[in-house]
This record gives sequence, structure tokens and C-alpha cells, in this order.
Amino acid sequence: MSDPNTPNDPAVSAEEAPKKRSFFKRMKEGFSRSTKALGDGITGIFTKRKLDADTLQELEDLLIQSDMGVDMAVNITEALAKDRFDKEVSPDEIRTFLANEITKVMTPIAKPLDVATGPTPFILLMVGVNGAGKTTTIGKIAAKLRTEGKSVMLAAGDTFRAAAIDQLKVWGERVGASVVTTQVGADAASLAYQAIERARAENIDVLMIDTAGRLQNKSELMDELRKVVRVIKKLEPDAPHACLLVLDATTGQNAINQVEVFKDTAGVTGLVMTKLDGTARGGILVALARRFGLPVHMIGVGEGADDLQTFNAHEYAMALTGSVTEQTPASENS
Amino acid sequence: MFDTLSDRLGSVFDKLRGKGALGPKDVDEALREVRRALLEADVALPVAKKFIEAVRERAVGHEVLKSVTPGQQVVKIVHDTLVDTLGREAAPISLATSAPVVIMMVGLQGSGKTTSTAKIARRLMQRDKQKVMMASLDVQRPAAQEQLRVLGEQVEVKTLPIVAGQQPVAIAKRAMEAARLGGFDVVMLDTAGRLHVDEALMSEMAEIRDVANPFETLLVADSLTGQDAVNVAEHFQNRIGLTGIMLTRVDGDGRGGAALSMRSVTGVPIKLLGTGEKIDELEDFDPERVAGRILGMGDVVSLVEKAAETIDAAEAEKMAAKMKKGQFDLDDMAMQLAQMSKMGGMQGVLGMMPGMGKMKKAIDGANLDDKIFLRQGAIISSMTKKERRNPKLLNASRKKRVAAGSGTTVPEINKLLKMHRQMADMMKKLGKGGKGLGGLMGGLTGAMGLGGGGMPAMGGGGMPSDPAEAEAMLKQVEGQLPPGMGLGGNSIAGGGLPGLGGPGGLPGLPGGKKKR
Repeated sequence: MSDPNTPNDPAVSAEEAPKKRSFFKRMKEGFSRSTKALGDGITGIFTKRKLDADTLQELEDLLIQSDMGVDMAVNITEALAKDRFDKEVSPDEIRTFLANEITKVMTPIAKPLDVATGPTPFILLMVGVNGAGKTTTIGKIAAKLRTEGKSVMLAAGDTFRAAAIDQLKVWGERVGASVVTTQVGADAASLAYQAIERARAENIDVLMIDTAGRLQNKSELMDELRKVVRVIKKLEPDAPHACLLVLDATTGQNAINQVEVFKDTAGVTGLVMTKLDGTARGGILVALARRFGLPVHMIGVGEGADDLQTFNAHEYAMALTGSVTEQTPASENS
Repeated sequence: MFDTLSDRLGSVFDKLRGKGALGPKDVDEALREVRRALLEADVALPVAKKFIEAVRERAVGHEVLKSVTPGQQVVKIVHDTLVDTLGREAAPISLATSAPVVIMMVGLQGSGKTTSTAKIARRLMQRDKQKVMMASLDVQRPAAQEQLRVLGEQVEVKTLPIVAGQQPVAIAKRAMEAARLGGFDVVMLDTAGRLHVDEALMSEMAEIRDVANPFETLLVADSLTGQDAVNVAEHFQNRIGLTGIMLTRVDGDGRGGAALSMRSVTGVPIKLLGTGEKIDELEDFDPERVAGRILGMGDVVSLVEKAAETIDAAEAEKMAAKMKKGQFDLDDMAMQLAQMSKMGGMQGVLGMMPGMGKMKKAIDGANLDDKIFLRQGAIISSMTKKERRNPKLLNASRKKRVAAGSGTTVPEINKLLKMHRQMADMMKKLGKGGKGLGGLMGGLTGAMGLGGGGMPAMGGGGMPSDPAEAEAMLKQVEGQLPPGMGLGGNSIAGGGLPGLGGPGGLPGLPGGKKKR
């Protein structure tokens, strides 16, 4: 990736058609690296073979390697076994079966983030562990919203990490959003308070509040986050209207703890998964979907502002099982 | 929630322990559980498989089946194999070349490179008296260079002045030149986070490597990483060449399987652990310690190190002397409370103690919070000097005054006094034995007995220094825990595993301190 986009960039790519194509292309590119192994693996296992215990074990292993978790992998392979055990199966059949199973789990939670129907200012709180990509995600969402003609305000609530405020300021300049800041070390809750007041006064459509990254097992930091939410609710009882937890695709089973604790603490309403452009497969989303049923709004597949994409269950399932090349959704036709 | 790796292994071996003799089937079952535990701990599958085979081989070689205590034999083998896989020797950062020594930090986005750079620089400067310069080559993330500059100011380490628009390779060259001219011992290059499959950025990094010729190339990796850990580590190793790994977010509640995976596929040692957000939260990697942690044998070394750092030597000696005389007043207690919270509170301390993993969970469950220490500290500081030295003076009206002064209630003060009495009794006992970490642990367990609500009291016994006594005590605790909450780890610790003296062999604190 070259240096991140100039402010004009998102506007250029805002047209529907190219965006959709780039989404699919990116999914394919990003996922193909990781899912190649899974897809190839499936082919390797199932070329003209009977579905027996060994093959099932190998399939289970492949699913485990996507970070899906042992339980989920066992679940899916058991479903397959029930259906086809001791029958001749082709790799394609297996892929389709897997993709269908995963699509079934993921479809109900593939919901785009809707900031239009809520009250104004729509208040969005961004939470997550350190380094998950909260600030970058805010920048990308802001870019998107700006191209839709919405007024956006950013609140630099990460008052802990050095230069986090500057990082958000740069994004603000890039996308044309005002940034509410305070000093390093200041109280994040009071910043949120000020930001809401300002957003109201300036008739802002969407206010996005950044928070410092925190590990979910640090109770004092989670208390601090609880306080931010409490203070927001003082001004706006229904707010935050969305609380997004940003998950790093490379994270393993700990993502489950993360969702659980952040959900309890901050009332997470949806997930964003970042860094899906590497070899990490993000299979944990399947486990998370089954367990929590929280919507997955977006996935990050690159560093550019247009690399934040709406989550599509079918494409995700196809990509995860290496079926991308075989069944192409309608959007690919453009 | 999932069990931690140590809990799971604990329950596996609980099952094994119940049996007199093991059949091959039992071993298979145990290994299946170990495999599952490893996978749930995010150990990459190929690594887990290799690990299991190594364990199986050793298990057979050791004639586990004929062993009197097969369960413990297996535990020992798993432990040894863990340590072997993690790397037996601790490997510190090496500066054994001509100055300026270049340390290059590489890794994925968000793995913690910049913070880790500052942590290492600070340590090299403060502890090793090196003249260190840091340079950020991160032109990707907005304000990344600024972040390092600010951190540099905080830790008082020089950073290379930022030249806007300069590209990474050019910055690296400039850093090298500045280091030579400035007579720096060490140059730390903080590179931009990049995906291991991003060919353009990886070749840029190779170019930086060729320009700077780093003596240490550290992969900074998130210990919460899942199965992908092997891919990341392998790519960086093949493309750039690594000399070591630094694991970050070790203070999270991840199960740290990535450590095993990365070490196994790269063959390079894990050198350092990032254990917190603060700039001094950096620890040396010690495989025995991490393996012990994984197996639920606790992290006694960290505990003692941490205690040694936090506890003032002179004060500890004074305390030891007092204890010998059987004196223990409220001032002493306040000091202990303060030490406890400095060491990361009760949960922090318990997490490091052998076999206490489940106990810690129980405490988490009981919602016991460390604020109790703060409140108790407030109570004590609302007393007069006289009262602190002689708590018996505290009659009803004095108690009322103290309650008002500390914003607490009289019952809370009574609780505190009762706790003090128990601790004092224990100190007397311990004083006779003369051993010391018990002082601290005594405070801890005493506090637990009282403050814990649903927590079973540990009998106010402190941590005995005699292994047999310790085991008996652990058993007692186990008996008091609700079913299913047993301390699976205790007989693991009781097995006299290598590297740990014995379960209760907690090194005496004041005593150990004197030797320093």
C-alpha cells in the first residue's frame, strides 16, 4: 500500500458499481491467500474418497486452522458425517456443504451498520483491545460517511497511547471531519461528554467516539470504559446508538473472551473484523456468531479508506471454504 | 468460558491420577485432551501435533505405564516437552558487536512494535547504561513517528528527528549516520507494521535490513494470536531473518499458545515479554516460567521478582525482625496492604502462585475487589499513631471517629481489627520459623479469609515454607472448595517438577532479599 489516501480518494470510489466489484475482488484476493490452504486441503482430502473417520478428522483439523475453534469445527464435521458418512464425496460437494453450513450461521448476523435511521447525532462508540485497529476503523468509516454526504465528528477518546490523538486528527483532516480532543491522560468520559454537546450544537449527523485500547481482563480499565458509557447515557439515555467492538483477525480463541467482556461492559452492538487481508482466516467469526449472535457490520481487508467492506455472509463462507472461484455472486458480473 | 490450558491439563490428569495403572488407551485419551487443550490455547495445529508426538514418544520411553504415579509422570513429560519446545535457555537481547548495535523491530500492524521499542530502549538505557537512539521508520500509520517521539521524551531516550516525507530506507540510513556521529551504543529501528504477505513492504524491509545490518531483528507478536501465528512467524523468518521474538499483551487472558507456535516454527528464541501498557512492563522470557504458568504450577519466579522490586529491602528486614519478636502492629499491616496492591493486587499475586489458577477464578467469581485494600488503608491512616501501635485502645467512640475519618463504618473497622489479630497470630507462628514470604502471603490469605465473602478461608496459615506442610494446606484448601473447584494443580506442583523447588518452596522474601 502506498501512503494512505488523499481526502479525495474515497469520494472517487464512492460509486456503487466499482465499490462492489472491489469488495469482491478484495475478498477474493485477501481471503484467497488464507483459504487456499483450506480449499486445497479439502481437495487433497476428498479426491475420490469415501467419507471416513480419518477424512473427517482431517477436515476438522482444517477448520480448526481457520481459528474456528475446536467445538465449532467438531460441530460442522459432525453435521457432515451425519449426512454423508461412508458415501463417495467430491471436494466440491464438501465445499458447498461447508459453505452452506457457514452461511446458515452467518446470514442472520450480516447486517450493515445503519446510522441513518437513528437519532441525530448518531453516537457511535468504538471499543477493543490494543492494536485491533479502532482508530483506523473510525477513520475509514468517517471517510465512507463523508462520501455519503454526512457530517461527521470524531472524538479522540484514546487519551492513553502516545500520539493516538494526533492519529485521529490526521484522519479528521483527511476526510473533513472535526475532531474533539483533550490532553493526553485526561478523562475520556468527560471528553465524550464534551463531544456530544459539541455535536449537538453543530448539528452533526454522526459522532464517533474513539477509546483507548484495553485488554478485557484489566478490571480498572474496563471500569473506566463503563464510566464512559455511563456519562454518554447521562446526555443521551439511548446512546451510544452503536457500540462497535473491533477484532483483529489474527486473534485466536481469546476473541470470545473479548466479545463477552466488552459486551457486558460497554454494551457492544456489533463487530468489525480488521486485518483480513493477511493469512488469518477469521474463522473465529463463525464461533462468535453462534455464541453471541452479534451483527458483523464490516470487515477490514486493507489499509486504504475503501478497504473497509460490508460483511456478506455468503461471500465470507465461500471465501473461507475456498469456493470463491466456483460460485460467484451476482455482484461479480459487473 | 473455556478453561485455561493449565486447568484443562489439570482436569485431564485428575482423571489419570485416580487410576492405579494406566493402559495405552488412557495415555491416548490423555494426549487427546492435551491436544484439544493446546488447540484451545491457540497453539497452531501442526505444532500441537508435533508436540503430542514428542510427548507420546517420551511417555513410552519413560515407561509411564509401570510408574507408580503415572499421572505425574505424564505431567512431568508434558512440562519438559513444553520447556523444550519453548527453548530451554533464556536468551537476552545481545549487544555483543561493535557499536552502534542495530535492533530492528518488525511485525504485523497493531502487534505493539512502537511501545515495545520504547520499553526495550528504556531498559537498555537504565539498566544496561547504553546510549540509545530510537528511529521510527513508520510512514504508513498517521502519527506513528510522533508516537515514538513522545515515548522517547517519556523515557528520556533520544529519537531521530522527524523529516516529513522521508521514506523508510532513507530514514534508516540517516539513523545509522546519526548514531555513528553521535556515538550511540544502540540504534532501535521501529518499522511500520506490515502484512507478511505484502510483497512490496516485505522487500522494503529487506532493503532496510541490508542498509542497517541489524544485529538483532525482533519479531513483535501478539500473544493473543491464533492459528495464523505460524504463517506470520515463518514468513518473517524466511523473508527477513529473525534473531528473536518479543511477545506482547502477555498480561491479557489469552492462553498464549502463539508462544509455542512461533518458537517452534522459527527456531529463534522468545526473548522478551510485554506485560502491560506501562513503559516499564517488560520482562525476560524464561521458558521454565512460562511452561510452569501453562501447567498451572504458577509463576513463582515472577512473584518473587515482583516482590523483590516492590518491597523495600530495609523495610522487609525490619519486618522480619519484628516478626521474630512476634510484633505486628497496624502500621505493618498497612505496609503489607500497600505492597499487595503494588504487586498487582490479590488477583495478580494469586495468579502467579502455584496451583492457584482456580482459586483466582473463584475470587474473580466472588467479585472480590482490590479496593478493599484501599479502604483498609484509609481506615488505618485515620487512626492516631498510638492506636496504630496498640489497636486495643480502639474503643467504641474511637472507632466512630475513625469510621467518620475514613468514610467507612464501624463494622468495617471491626473486620479490619479481626483480620489484624489473625495476621498477628500468624506472624507470631511464622516468626518462630523465621521464614519470610509468608509474611506477605499471610497478609494475603488473612485478607482473603475475611474479605472474600464466599471465599474459603485458607486457615490463615500463610504459605508455609515446608513442602509437606504446603501440600497438606493445599489439600485442605481443596477440600474447602466446592466440588469441581478443586485445585487441579496441586499435585502437579507436588510432583517436584524440575525448576521449581517444591510447591511451597516459596523463597523467603526478607531472607532472600538480604542476600542481594
